[in-house]
Amino acid sequence: MENRKLVKRGAEANLYSTEWFGRPAISKVRIKKSYRRKELDDWIRSHRTLREARLMSKARSNGVSTPIIFFVDPLHGEIIMEEILGRRLKEVMENINNTELKRTFSGVGSMIGRLHEDGIIHGDLTTSNMIILDGTVYLIDFGLSIQSQRLEDKGMDLRLLKGVLSSAHSRVFNQAYKFFIAGYRTSTGSKATEHVLQVVEQIERRGRYARVD
Amino acid sequence: MGIESTAHTFGASIVSSDGKILADVKDVYKPATGSGIHPREASRHHSNVAHVVIRDALEKGNIKSSEIEIISYSAGPGLGPCLRVGATVARTLALHLKRPLVPVNHAIGHIELGCLTTGSLDPVTLLVSGGHTMITAYSAGKWRAFGETLDITAGQLLDQLGRHAGYSSPAGAVIEKLASGSSRYLKLPYSVKGNDVSLSGILTASKRLLDQGEGIRDVCFSVQETAFAMLTEVTERAVAFLEKTEILLTGGVAANTRLTEMLKSMSEERGVTFKVIPKNYAGDCGAQIAWIGALAFRSGVQVPVGSSWVKQSWRFDGVEVPWRIVN
Repeated sequence: MENRKLVKRGAEANLYSTEWFGRPAISKVRIKKSYRRKELDDWIRSHRTLREARLMSKARSNGVSTPIIFFVDPLHGEIIMEEILGRRLKEVMENINNTELKRTFSGVGSMIGRLHEDGIIHGDLTTSNMIILDGTVYLIDFGLSIQSQRLEDKGMDLRLLKGVLSSAHSRVFNQAYKFFIAGYRTSTGSKATEHVLQVVEQIERRGRYARVD
Repeated sequence: MGIESTAHTFGASIVSSDGKILADVKDVYKPATGSGIHPREASRHHSNVAHVVIRDALEKGNIKSSEIEIISYSAGPGLGPCLRVGATVARTLALHLKRPLVPVNHAIGHIELGCLTTGSLDPVTLLVSGGHTMITAYSAGKWRAFGETLDITAGQLLDQLGRHAGYSSPAGAVIEKLASGSSRYLKLPYSVKGNDVSLSGILTASKRLLDQGEGIRDVCFSVQETAFAMLTEVTERAVAFLEKTEILLTGGVAANTRLTEMLKSMSEERGVTFKVIPKNYAGDCGAQIAWIGALAFRSGVQVPVGSSWVKQSWRFDGVEVPWRIVN
């Protein structure tokens, strides 16, 4: 991989633009963190690399749009995957109009609903982990994902996204979250959605200085 | 003048309107060995020391009470009985001196005092104390929470571990000292959930390790390594997401050298600046209340004595901060 170029420095990984047998690809390398003890750091990096590869493939085979995984090296914390040449949702949020907002977030909602139906919790649902290409939203960064059918875990996923929308995209928060839930409902049904929303509320209530009005 | 009384500390401080801290006096309630803060006992302590602390603040600042322009008090979040003592003292002063009364959010106090004392302008702030463990940054009129603990705070983790081992709260300094005597790492649950952390698992597991006969030094060392690595990771996540260039560490646990070291190392690797609040202002103090009182009053915030209030669970991320001009 001599001709690779650093395209993004994330919090835990560097992304390099590269090629995989002639196809544009991204090499994602989890960086060593010297603030962490080596044994802890090695474990976290290899563990997350494996988990990401496994659950990203599983999500894709269940019909969720994610990049295709080409190669995995847990020892060096590296995954090579298909490059999605779109824009991060976070970047388009500033100037998004209501029609696009509705289409995008109901799409995201139905995608996450399907993921949850299949027993996958993404664990890091932020707007920088979603890429839009030709109207389709691709989900990336499965490093904190787990397999679970517990309502608690599904609620955690939704709470995180809700938190990101309300803090980083406060202007469109109410609308975006409403569209998201509507989309989620189409995948999981009304009853399951109500149950998860109740859990989201419980999680918020048990937080520090919960909103209890 | 600002009056602080959210938990174990009763503090009074005088800060000038341009941010010079003229006096900062406090008296800290100490619970019995092996136990935590008893809210009623702490509030009694506050009532007993209030007049001495305020008198000392006036003397140290070399200020006549008639020169005080605003009385501010910490209105929450905190322990009800303690908050009510501070509020009562502040109301009395406001009526007696005929000065406006300003309610202040204690957490915003920690954050903005950090900015004042370190010169940070627009930081991603990690606020870690007995009452808070939150990652916050300013955006569109408010300090927004980008990550936080889902259960106990880092201060509670250290205090409760200390208490289990027979030390009284706050136990952060004792634990840091014990931890520095070990380098043997015992595995503890590392629980980062998105931008949030869960610390209660570490507490349960570390108590169990102690009960199983593991050495206190090794346990303290492992707790610090695990919990602080989690906090550093979520802080870095917020910095990467928000693309900010400054990190500020504030709150009582900011006095911990190991946490400071980890954040510093992360900041250097990322190429962002790292600042930490000076130790004497890290813990609860009147200055954090006096300074925000001055800022808030300038933006038109005040409350009539008759309808002044305290709120035990007053989240900072709902509070308008009109004095900030960045963004």
